[in-house]
Amino acid sequence: MTEPLLRIEGLRKAFGALVACNDVSLDLRPGEIHALIGPNGAGKSTLIKQIAGNMAPDAGRIHLAGRDVTGLSTAARARLGLGRTFQISSLAMEYTVLQNVMLGALGHRGGVMRFLSPVMKDKALLQTARAALERVGLAEAARRRTADLSHGQRRQLEVAVALTLSPRVFLMDEPMAGLGAEGSARLTGFLDQLRQEAPILLVEHDMDAVFALADRISVLVYGAVIATGTADEIRADPAVREAYLGEEDAA
Amino acid sequence: MKREPLLNAAILLGLLLVPLWALWADAPFTITLATKVAILALAGVGLNIALGLGGLVSLGHATFFGIGGYAMGILASHAQSFVPLTEVPFLIEGTKSMPVIWLVAVVFSALAALAIGALSLRTSGVYFIMITLAFGQMFYYFAISWPAYGGEDGLSIYVRNGFPGLNTLDPIQFFAICYAILALVLFLAARLAASPFGLALGAARQNDERVQTVGMDSFRLRLVAFTISGAVTGLAGALFADLNRFVSPTMFSWQMSGEFIIFIILGGIGRLYGPVVGAALFIILEHFLGGLSDYWHIYLGAILLAVVLFARGGLIGALAGREVAHD
Repeated sequence: MTEPLLRIEGLRKAFGALVACNDVSLDLRPGEIHALIGPNGAGKSTLIKQIAGNMAPDAGRIHLAGRDVTGLSTAARARLGLGRTFQISSLAMEYTVLQNVMLGALGHRGGVMRFLSPVMKDKALLQTARAALERVGLAEAARRRTADLSHGQRRQLEVAVALTLSPRVFLMDEPMAGLGAEGSARLTGFLDQLRQEAPILLVEHDMDAVFALADRISVLVYGAVIATGTADEIRADPAVREAYLGEEDAA
Repeated sequence: MKREPLLNAAILLGLLLVPLWALWADAPFTITLATKVAILALAGVGLNIALGLGGLVSLGHATFFGIGGYAMGILASHAQSFVPLTEVPFLIEGTKSMPVIWLVAVVFSALAALAIGALSLRTSGVYFIMITLAFGQMFYYFAISWPAYGGEDGLSIYVRNGFPGLNTLDPIQFFAICYAILALVLFLAARLAASPFGLALGAARQNDERVQTVGMDSFRLRLVAFTISGAVTGLAGALFADLNRFVSPTMFSWQMSGEFIIFIILGGIGRLYGPVVGAALFIILEHFLGGLSDYWHIYLGAILLAVVLFARGGLIGALAGREVAHD
C-alpha cells in the first residue's frame, strides 16, 4: 500500500470539560474516498477545522503529503495541496461565478502581487477556471453574480473552486447538504471519478451517498473514532449499530 | 454596464471645465476651489483603496495626509530659511522642488502606513477603526507639541514650491498639476482594481475564509493595500499643503479622516470616482452653505443621512446603478 496522503495521529481538542476530539487517528490513501460519519455533535466540524488549519489541536499531529502541517496556517496548507469545500458555501458573493474560480486558479498559480495587469484577461488562469466550471456543469452560469445562484449551484461552485487548486487531497464538508435527490446523485457520480485524481475525506450526512461511494468509513461518536472499515464492516459493527445506525435501520 | 464609465468621463471632464471657465471669467478663487476638490479627491481615492476595495474602515487616514503635509512643510521651511535639516551623518538640505517633496511624502506616508497597518490589521471591525483613530491622534498631538516646526501654530511657506517648466503661482497651472496627478492615480487605481491583487483583495473583503482556502495570505493582501492607500493619501497631503502654503496639526486631526470617509460615502463606497464626486459635493456645500451659516455641517449631516438611508451606492450608485462585477 502506498503512503497515505493525509495522516492524522492522536488528535485531541477539548473545550473545558467537553472533549470534542478524543485521540482521533485516521488516514487517507491515494485513490480512495474515506467517509467520516457520526451523529450531530460528534465532533466532525471540530475535526475538519483542525485539519484545515482553522483551529489548533491540543495534541496530535497532522501530516499532509508527507509533511507535518500541524503548525501551518490555512493558507499554507492550501498551498501544500489541501482542497477544502465548506458545509455552508463560503464564496465571494459579490463576484461573478467566473471571478470565484479565477480566484482559486490565481491562488494555485501564485503571482497575486501583480498590480497593473488585468486578471480577467489572463489566458492561462481563464483556461483553468473555465475547465473547472465545465467539469461541475456551471459553464453556462460563468457571468452570473454568485449571490444570485441557487443553493445547489453554489455547492457546485464550491467544488469548482477546489478543483482549480489541483489539490493532493480533498476535504469535503457535507457537499451534498441541501441538494435535491437529482443533484445529490449527480455529485455522487462526480466524486466517484474524482477520487482517481485525489483522495477525498468526505464528511456527509447522506447515508446513501456514503455507502455508495466510500472505500472506507470512520464513525465518530463523542469525539472518538469508534470504528473504521469498509461499508460492510461498518454495517455489521455492533457498536456502530447501537450508537448510530440503529435508528436508521429501524426506519 | 456602460453608464458608469460614461459618468466617470463626464465627472473628470466637468472638473476640468469648471476652472477653465473660471480662467475665462477671471475668477481665480473658483480655480482654487477646483484645485482643492482635485486634491481632496486624491486623498479620498487613496482611502478608497483600503476602504472600498479592501473593506478596511480606517479612521486614521489623516495621519498620512498630515505626514505628506509636513514633508512639504519641513522641507520647504528649511529651504526658505537656508538651514539644512541635518549635517550629520551627511548634509540634508531643504528643497522647494515639488517632485522631490512628493517623493519624500509618498515614501514616508507609505512607511507609516506599513507600520500602522502591521499593528492594526491584526484586528478588525470596530477595533480596527479605534486603533487607526488612536494612531491618528498620536500624530496629531505629536505635531502640536513639536515646537521646531510651529507646534500648534503650524508652518507657513511664503512662496509655493516649484515644478520644472511651470509657474506654480499661477492658479490654473497649479490646478493642472493636481488634476494630472488625480487623473493618473485614478487610471492606476482602476488598473489595480482589475489586477490579480485587486481580485484577491476584493475577495478578502467579502470572505476572508475563502481567500485563505485558496492559499492566499489575506493579512499580507490587506497590509499591501493599506500601504498603497496611505501613500496616495500622503501625496495628496503634500499637494494640500502646497495649495494653502501652510501646514498645521489640523491636517492630522480625526475630523480630517472623517471628511475623507464622508467623501467616499457621498460618492459611493468602492466606486472609483466616488471620492471625486464626494469631495466636489463637499466643497460646493462648504462654499455655498458655509457662506450662509457657520453651522452648515447640519445640512451636510442631513445629506449624509439621506445618502446612507436612501442611496447606499452614493451619488455614483444613484446615477449609474448597482455596481457590476468587472470581468
